[in-house]
Amino acid sequence: MSDEPTEYDSDVEAAIRENHPALITYITAGDPSLEDTEAYVEALDRGGSDLIELGLPFSEPIAEGRTIQDAINRALAAGTTPEGFFELVDDLETEAPLLVMTYYNMILQYGDEPDVRPFVERAAEAGLSGIIVPDLPAEEAEPLRRACDDNGLDLVFIIAPTTEGERLDRIMSHVSGFAYVQARLGTTGARENVSGATHESLERLSEYDVPKAVGFGVSTGDHAAEIVEAGADGVIVGSALVDIVASSETPEAAVDRLEAKARELKRGARRGAETVTIDPEDAPEPEQP
Amino acid sequence: MSTEREHDDGDSGRTGTFGDYGGQYVPEALMPALQELEDAYERYVLENEDGFMDEFRERMRDFGGRPTPLQRADRLSERYDREVYLKREDLLHGGAHKLNNALGQVLLAKYMGKERIIAETGAGQHGTATAMAAAHLDMPCEIYMGRTDVNRQRPNVYRMRMNGAEVTPVEAGSATLKEAINETMRDWATTVERTHYVIGSVVGPHPFPKMVRDFQAVIGDEIREQIRETAGRLPDSVVACAGGGSNTMGTFHAFVPDEDVDLVAVEAGGSSLEIDEAEGLAPNSATLSTGTDGVLHGAMTKLLQAGDGQIVESHSVSAGLDYAGVGPELSHLVETGRVTPANVDDEAALDGFHRLSRLEGIIPALESSHALGYLERAAGTAADGASGDEPRAEANDELGDLVVVNVSGRGDKDLETVLEETEKRDLEAAPDVEVFDQ
Repeated sequence: MSDEPTEYDSDVEAAIRENHPALITYITAGDPSLEDTEAYVEALDRGGSDLIELGLPFSEPIAEGRTIQDAINRALAAGTTPEGFFELVDDLETEAPLLVMTYYNMILQYGDEPDVRPFVERAAEAGLSGIIVPDLPAEEAEPLRRACDDNGLDLVFIIAPTTEGERLDRIMSHVSGFAYVQARLGTTGARENVSGATHESLERLSEYDVPKAVGFGVSTGDHAAEIVEAGADGVIVGSALVDIVASSETPEAAVDRLEAKARELKRGARRGAETVTIDPEDAPEPEQP
Repeated sequence: MSTEREHDDGDSGRTGTFGDYGGQYVPEALMPALQELEDAYERYVLENEDGFMDEFRERMRDFGGRPTPLQRADRLSERYDREVYLKREDLLHGGAHKLNNALGQVLLAKYMGKERIIAETGAGQHGTATAMAAAHLDMPCEIYMGRTDVNRQRPNVYRMRMNGAEVTPVEAGSATLKEAINETMRDWATTVERTHYVIGSVVGPHPFPKMVRDFQAVIGDEIREQIRETAGRLPDSVVACAGGGSNTMGTFHAFVPDEDVDLVAVEAGGSSLEIDEAEGLAPNSATLSTGTDGVLHGAMTKLLQAGDGQIVESHSVSAGLDYAGVGPELSHLVETGRVTPANVDDEAALDGFHRLSRLEGIIPALESSHALGYLERAAGTAADGASGDEPRAEANDELGDLVVVNVSGRGDKDLETVLEETEKRDLEAAPDVEVFDQ
């Protein structure tokens, strides 16, 4: 199985290929409570998300900018635990497949001894489709990769603007689900503009037959359009949604705004796709109605 | 003898591991920078390309003041009825061992063509050393420091500013070293192409633990040479305090192959060794003694963490030891039994601080005071009614007849904390501190 990394038959890849251009949304679980997260995830699902990433909070989120860092702190202050997180996922019924995004220590510590397997098994049981780990480079990923393969989960790797040459080849050979293309150096966080690095990164990745989704700094429908136009198969939006959670007066207001934001982003992505001229050879499979 | 495996032969392709510990757990954006650093470390530090190590040693001598003395502590020797020697890293420029590493890394950054230096600091000693090294080598420098530490280590904040560094307070969490490291990693992930992150201890992703150890190994190398010259043999035991573990590894590295030399790493026992999981607090920083295996700040190592993997807030009266992690090589050496972990509480450290100040005329850093607190506990049972001046009644322990204690830094920076904490306690060796509250 793991010897054939270029065979993509996962829920995650299907969600991107079949809904091209795909919208991938992120929200921190437990911010401000797990009950609210359930409503928010459902809103993002209704709004047109094709994949939803759920952040399992870790106390040392070194790859996150201020927005998600604060959300994680709120979630931890509210008492969010890995078990509570999995129970939330048990209850969720969404069209979009769900991924968990968390740091490696959280995966390692689930269970009695430091070991990645209990977490992966519980994730599979809860119905998650994949895992993203911002502090786990390909070099350290073998144990988790094996556990994910054995449990039918995708392990998504991040491609940074600094990832080039041999490293890029090696990581792309490990990618399952999709390649998470980091639009710019630095941490997560909504930005005013789409980074020039996005275009360069997509250019570098164009020869690899793997779905590419771009994140870090995406916050508007126009960004989504621009990114898809640049050749991405999907856009990933996190901080802009977490901002909505943080700034809404009531959870009900947040639900409405999240759904509306997802629609705006999905529309933007579609607009971007319309202006792309695709070589018929490289065209994705036709969309199902 | 080497304690590390450079390249693990397992499928993982992990590099820079010490047994089960170490590795590179960082965001992808930083991986090429770690590779670049590893290449530079191998060429310049290990192979002395372009005379890097010659220049480093020359600058450590002329700017840093190496070698530092190995001094016989006459009254401690008398008190404990054995030969006690102090390695005087407090006499290094800047007042702590930190310059060994900071100057090495800033010089390396310069050789690598980096344009900017960033660093994090807890007690401020590493920040101060980095700021001094950056000024000395004409590099712009920004230091991240937790707000709590900014408040309790003001003299060092001033010193960093004097040397032209920008000091950026970090407000998150308990606003100490752990949060400062998170923030510095974020900066590095943003500016990695032109910036070098001078990690201040033998922690973080490979190659930092090895590289920092190599820059600090001069401490143990000098001790070996000096003790052979004065005592004609190697010590029975070597004692050093351990937070992240840079002075510890620097002191121990040369002795690791000498199985007859006991190596004792003394951690901060704080006010208790228990972890309060509900509050997410460890009222100590005794990671080697009480921690469990996990991944923090780029490496697999021993950590203070709750059962579900959240890192807890550590505590020590000494800001420099106040960290929930520890170097992976030290974790490995403790796991294999080569290094003995020990810990003393805040009170014993304060007592050690006062004792060295009164008996030897050396005001040690609160970090080093933990090693001295351990010496008092291990070197003899307490004599009834002993004042700070009386020798201990008996000596019955495993330290042996010839002991070296590393005084990793000087205590000027800690005076405010010491006065405040001493007032709360009845310490055997302390002077009357009320006189300071006029």
